Amino acid sequence: MSLQTTLLLIPLLPLGGAVLAGLFRNQVGRVGSHTVTILGVGLSFALSAWILMQQINGTLETVNISVYTWMISDGIRFQVGFLIDHLTTLMMCVVTFVSLMVHIYTIGYMRDDPGYQRFFSYIALFTFSMLMLVMSNNFMQLFFGWEAVGLVSYLLIGFWFNKESAIKANLKAFLVNRVGDFGFLLGIAAVLLTFDTLDYAEVFAQAGTAVDQTLSVPGGMEWNMLTFICVCLFIGAMGKSAQAPLHVWLPDSMEGPTPISALIHAATMVTAGIFMVARMSPLFELSDAALSFVMLTGAVTALSMGLIGIVQNDVKRVIAYSTLSQLGYMTVALGVSAYSAAIFHLMTHAFFKALLFLGAGSVIIAMHHEQDMRYMGGLRKYMPVTWLTAWVGTLALVGFPFFAGFYSKDAIIEAVADSHRWGSSVAYFAVVAGVLITAIYSFRLLYLTFHGKERFEVIHDSGDHPPSGQLAHAPKESPLVVTIPLILLAIPSVVIGWMTIEPVLFGGWLEDSIFVLDKNNVLAELGEHFHGATAMALHSVNTLPFWLMITGLALATLIYLIRPSIADTVRNRVPFLYRLLDNKYYFDEFYQKFFAHGSVRLGRILWHKADAGFIDNGMVNGSARVVEWVAARVRRWQTGFLYDYAFAMIIGLIGILAVWVMMAP
Amino acid sequence: MMNGTMNGFLLSILIWLPLLGSVAVMVAGAHRPTMAKGLALLISSAAFLLGLPLFFSFDTSTAAMQFVELRPWIETFNIQYYLGVDGFSAPLILLTLFFGVLVVIAGWRSIQKNVNQYMAAFLVMEGLMIGVFCALDGLLFYVFFEAMLIPMFLVIGIWGGPRRVYATIKFFLYTFLGSVFMLIGLIYLYIQSGTWDILAWHEMPLSFNAQKWLFLGFLAAFAVKIPMFPVHTWLPDAHVEAPTGGSVILAAIMLKIGGYGFIRFSLPITPDASAALDWLVIGLSLIAVVYIGFVALAQQDMKKLIAYSSISHMGFVTLGLFIAFAIYRNTGGVSGAALGVEGAMVQMISHGFISGALFLTVGVLYDRVHSRMIKDYGGVANTMPWFALFAVFFLMANSGLPGTSGFVGEFMVILSSFQANFWFAFLAALTLILGAAYSLWLAKRVIFGAVTNREVQNLQDINSREALVLGTLAVAILVVGLWPQPLVDMLQASVDHLLQHIVQSKVI
Repeated sequence: MSLQTTLLLIPLLPLGGAVLAGLFRNQVGRVGSHTVTILGVGLSFALSAWILMQQINGTLETVNISVYTWMISDGIRFQVGFLIDHLTTLMMCVVTFVSLMVHIYTIGYMRDDPGYQRFFSYIALFTFSMLMLVMSNNFMQLFFGWEAVGLVSYLLIGFWFNKESAIKANLKAFLVNRVGDFGFLLGIAAVLLTFDTLDYAEVFAQAGTAVDQTLSVPGGMEWNMLTFICVCLFIGAMGKSAQAPLHVWLPDSMEGPTPISALIHAATMVTAGIFMVARMSPLFELSDAALSFVMLTGAVTALSMGLIGIVQNDVKRVIAYSTLSQLGYMTVALGVSAYSAAIFHLMTHAFFKALLFLGAGSVIIAMHHEQDMRYMGGLRKYMPVTWLTAWVGTLALVGFPFFAGFYSKDAIIEAVADSHRWGSSVAYFAVVAGVLITAIYSFRLLYLTFHGKERFEVIHDSGDHPPSGQLAHAPKESPLVVTIPLILLAIPSVVIGWMTIEPVLFGGWLEDSIFVLDKNNVLAELGEHFHGATAMALHSVNTLPFWLMITGLALATLIYLIRPSIADTVRNRVPFLYRLLDNKYYFDEFYQKFFAHGSVRLGRILWHKADAGFIDNGMVNGSARVVEWVAARVRRWQTGFLYDYAFAMIIGLIGILAVWVMMAP
Repeated sequence: MMNGTMNGFLLSILIWLPLLGSVAVMVAGAHRPTMAKGLALLISSAAFLLGLPLFFSFDTSTAAMQFVELRPWIETFNIQYYLGVDGFSAPLILLTLFFGVLVVIAGWRSIQKNVNQYMAAFLVMEGLMIGVFCALDGLLFYVFFEAMLIPMFLVIGIWGGPRRVYATIKFFLYTFLGSVFMLIGLIYLYIQSGTWDILAWHEMPLSFNAQKWLFLGFLAAFAVKIPMFPVHTWLPDAHVEAPTGGSVILAAIMLKIGGYGFIRFSLPITPDASAALDWLVIGLSLIAVVYIGFVALAQQDMKKLIAYSSISHMGFVTLGLFIAFAIYRNTGGVSGAALGVEGAMVQMISHGFISGALFLTVGVLYDRVHSRMIKDYGGVANTMPWFALFAVFFLMANSGLPGTSGFVGEFMVILSSFQANFWFAFLAALTLILGAAYSLWLAKRVIFGAVTNREVQNLQDINSREALVLGTLAVAILVVGLWPQPLVDMLQASVDHLLQHIVQSKVI
């Protein structure tokens, strides 16, 4: 099997599964649908891993191939093709592995859902789209994958389309993403204008020549072209990777089934923006202004979204805000030119956040679709596997030494500390304070769910839809198809950081894909002080982030486990702060009023006043009225009397003669 | 040689087969509807198959007219029966032939009254529209251009909704008023040149003043047809009252005649005036994209919403065509302009598929519930899952999702307009947000949600005939979206030729 065939099969196998499970849902049945999609995604993972092995062994160089020419217009070749380097392969492996876990998990989670086949079709389609996105070798296909994952996300958030909140959330998600894509498309247009091509390799090769180019914007502005391109592309990333102020869709996306929250809204799709900026590092490196913008956006998101996480009661929403905050960390890393650190955190986060979401899903099954943590508590004795794996995920998330998240998060914090970029002290404050906040909301989640008193009662005859706090059956551990993915995700959540930090961050594994200017290379500076993963973990006991994390753990233990009354006291002391956080800084209200209602109202005004009022009633009917008025008068001239006509003829004749005489030379 | 002879008459066959065929369909009589429908299907399918050489035997290397037929018609006035196609007209004729078959199938059940007349009217329309696209004689073009309206009035007037008379009169007055100015222009060109040959007019030098008036005359005709802001208000009314098939032909083909007119007349005959007045067209196009996008958002009637969406999308056609002048003025070259003109053409073809599909989709619902109002629906996906699949797909295509044809043209025009002026691209790209907003909000209110009423509860999913029609369109939308190269290939030579032509001044 040739390399090209292999590469083609990697995205096409999941697509094939999606088509079979979706269009032939009745023919393949429930078992058939999960078989074909798991087979497709599984093979796709195996092939990705095979490519990775070859790269590790050094038998495979960077591959840049064209699959077919989409269009040639104006001498510009738009194509579909693959660029397979270490960055791509890493993403392919992460995407297919998490996707495979989620596929298996779904067998258990969606067991009783009538839309079983449709769900498998969608998640396989998602895997195809995401693979096309990361494997692309040009901007057009990137945009293609970009929008395609957006489409599948839309379909999956609204999977339960009878639920009003779900179809509101998916519309919102798509539209907010479109705002980002609006910037993204302008960025692509600027790339084409500057470089006359959309091919990555050709654009990156010429990037240096464009440093002094400017874009003159009619209206008297001159913008640096590369800064413009990078900011526009990053606006796209802000949509997809949910950075403030385009973050509002992600918490609402939790209306979708939990497996996709894990796959799409935590592990893979939302990291597409991070991946994209890392991929575009040859462009971003040349614009300090754009990088500062990236860094500060990330810093704001990392801190502010983490704070909201502390006051949420819905178990999935807490994790969603945590995801926003962690995406902020990755973005900060991008902003200080520590692209590898961002990708590294992306990878570790994919494993432990997917784990946490799937764990939350397992709890939700046990609680009969109750998601409010105020009605949980003490679940550890009912579901030990879920409980233990949740601990693993939490420790990884808060950055406990030796766990995966520790390595990636610490690397980001150190990189920010070493950076000299404009504004990096603000970012440093945000990422360090973020550690404390992460610890508080993470342990709060853990305690409220698995520890403490049970805040639900089991009443056996409470009917199909008992009120919150009542369950018809005692909670029980989820089946094997659910717990095995949890265990398989818990393993990398522990070891992947320790195993891979050296090659990924300091060993130059990503050097073939990521470009960093020497003056920006903070990771190289860090590398000089790096003496192995174990030493790094042991050394961390002397650092501020470690003690902040311990403080967070202690605070959470005190407030949510030992003395729950403290939480209420704090809330009542600073009601203003609580309301601000509980209402998520009022972003939703503002967008809803200003943009959503505003546009519809504007549309209505334009329609009634301009279209129907001015054009139709004024101009069209107006001219009809003028004609009518003139006709009413002219009609009187047609009296039917011969002498009137004769008189008119004579007048006309005289008139014509007069004109003729005057015109004659 | 057989093939060669055949190609010598191909365009005439494509025009006259449906025109004469309509007589046979009429003769079948109102009391034999199945026979009338069968005959109509046979004729339109035959025309489609006969028209395939326009794609397969089309020479993509030349901008010269192909499949030419030239015969004297009225020799006193030097009027000729002159037909031919190039890269601009061939794709549009293929689109017409394609929809010729689809509307017959789509009207199979929903038309009960005077079936033979309905089918005959559509065949007449098909023949005349093909005539418009391949006429190379000015007067012949005008005859087809005007005659084409008559069957459309009848279709709206006889099989239309309750306010059909108002809509028909508005439609008639608008389009007739526009074309009168064009007729004056055509006569002027004939008096100046002594010929009705459009290609000769392309080469004819003209003073700037003459060009300016001619340009405005053509603009009046084609701006109404396409339609451009502010002469668009006839379209929503016509669509709302027209039966499904009428809406489909109106949106998919007739609007394209406006765009085609700009390409065949305005740009090559009056290049200097087009360059001088490009700001007018570009400005109106951008207003169409943004303003109409907002208006579409406020609609409560599904057909009106799609009609406004059409106007907004056709803004990309006029924008793509006239952006060339702005690029030439700014850069002194036409690099990037071909992207715009080809994008405009791709947008026309793509909009044909998508708007046709959307009107058919609404038609499917209308046939069952007899309402076009959004508020009468909700939760259709519960009872019509396959229909919902198609509807969401078409709405996604309408909002320009990559991988569908809706993306290709808009993408090309936005890329091209960025070469001219940042703000053009900025405003045009707003369609990404607005298009998605009105399309997907429609999906939310009609397709998704819980079942809202008994009518929706009792809906039957699409039958195999409807699935065939919608499925064919879905495939077409995907093919153009995933591989636009064959279509762009057809355009290339003609677009390059046009661009070289229009940057050369014709002022004497």
